[in-house]
Amino acid sequence: MWDGIGDFLAMGGHGPWVWGSYGAALVLFLAEVLLLARRRQRVYRMIRRRARAAGMSGPSMNEGGGA
Amino acid sequence: MSARPRIRWFRFSSPPAFHALVDRLVPWLWGGAALLAVAGLYVGFFVAPPDYQQGNSYRIMFLHVPTAWMGMFLYLLMAIYAIIHLAWRVRLADVMARSLAPTGALMTALALWTGSLWGAPTWGTYWVWDARLTSSLILLFLFLGYLALHAAATDREKGGRAASLLAIVGVVNVPIIYFSVKWWNTLHQGMSVTATDAPSMAPSMFAALLLMTLACWLYAAAIGLRRAQVEALERSADAGWVRRVMLGETDAGTGQHDGDPGSAVLERGRH
Repeated sequence: MWDGIGDFLAMGGHGPWVWGSYGAALVLFLAEVLLLARRRQRVYRMIRRRARAAGMSGPSMNEGGGA
Repeated sequence: MSARPRIRWFRFSSPPAFHALVDRLVPWLWGGAALLAVAGLYVGFFVAPPDYQQGNSYRIMFLHVPTAWMGMFLYLLMAIYAIIHLAWRVRLADVMARSLAPTGALMTALALWTGSLWGAPTWGTYWVWDARLTSSLILLFLFLGYLALHAAATDREKGGRAASLLAIVGVVNVPIIYFSVKWWNTLHQGMSVTATDAPSMAPSMFAALLLMTLACWLYAAAIGLRRAQVEALERSADAGWVRRVMLGETDAGTGQHDGDPGSAVLERGRH
């Protein structure tokens, strides 16, 4: 259907519109996934930190905290 | 009839059960979304022929239509969770609604962006203030307004309730978007796919559209559930169940009791 990679990228003259659409989607989806992964790591770290802190001051701390 | 397996759905409104469910589901949802997207892009770019009028610019449809549908669908889902949140004060419903909003905003923004880039070569303009485009822009603002309300209040409870109220009021906008191309004269083309008529496009085009729509669905489910899981952990970081599921601590080891109030915090707002 396409006459080589150049023809594919040109999209019959509509390349900028087509790739501008798919490029934006790729960037936004990736950004959302990465931001959420970072937030998840942050929350996990926070929970471990707090569990450790609570364990150290708590009365029944006997088996080596969390992480 | 009695042999039908009964799924205890209410079990999953318990935070630890929800946490475990998300961990089990999300890898499959990611895998499915990736496979369907690859298949959809392949069919969309290498099988579906150019459109006889629009040439190749119509291939934007495979992104534009699924993201537009997803934006509306996520808004409806968010509003349903907002109703559950306000009517029964189920905090997990607020967590769900809050977790769908960013993805809904992203889908709507993408629908607007791709629509604009499709409009340029097709209509000769990036934007017109007609019914469908304007109501879609309002949908984006509703998502952003919801998120802003949630974030603005110092008291998370109050912010969540105000945001839920906005989500419910804003739901009138969804049928306006959907039917705008029927109700008003507009530059936007009519519905490409309806429940009653056969699709008005080549089968390969329809297949690509379907695959991309399913990919968007699974993506939104994966990211929405994962965000809800993280949000729930964040909101009750000190609760006993969080330490138990995250750190594998036992009740005996931490001195926590099973009935500690932390594990009920997410389920009910009323104290």
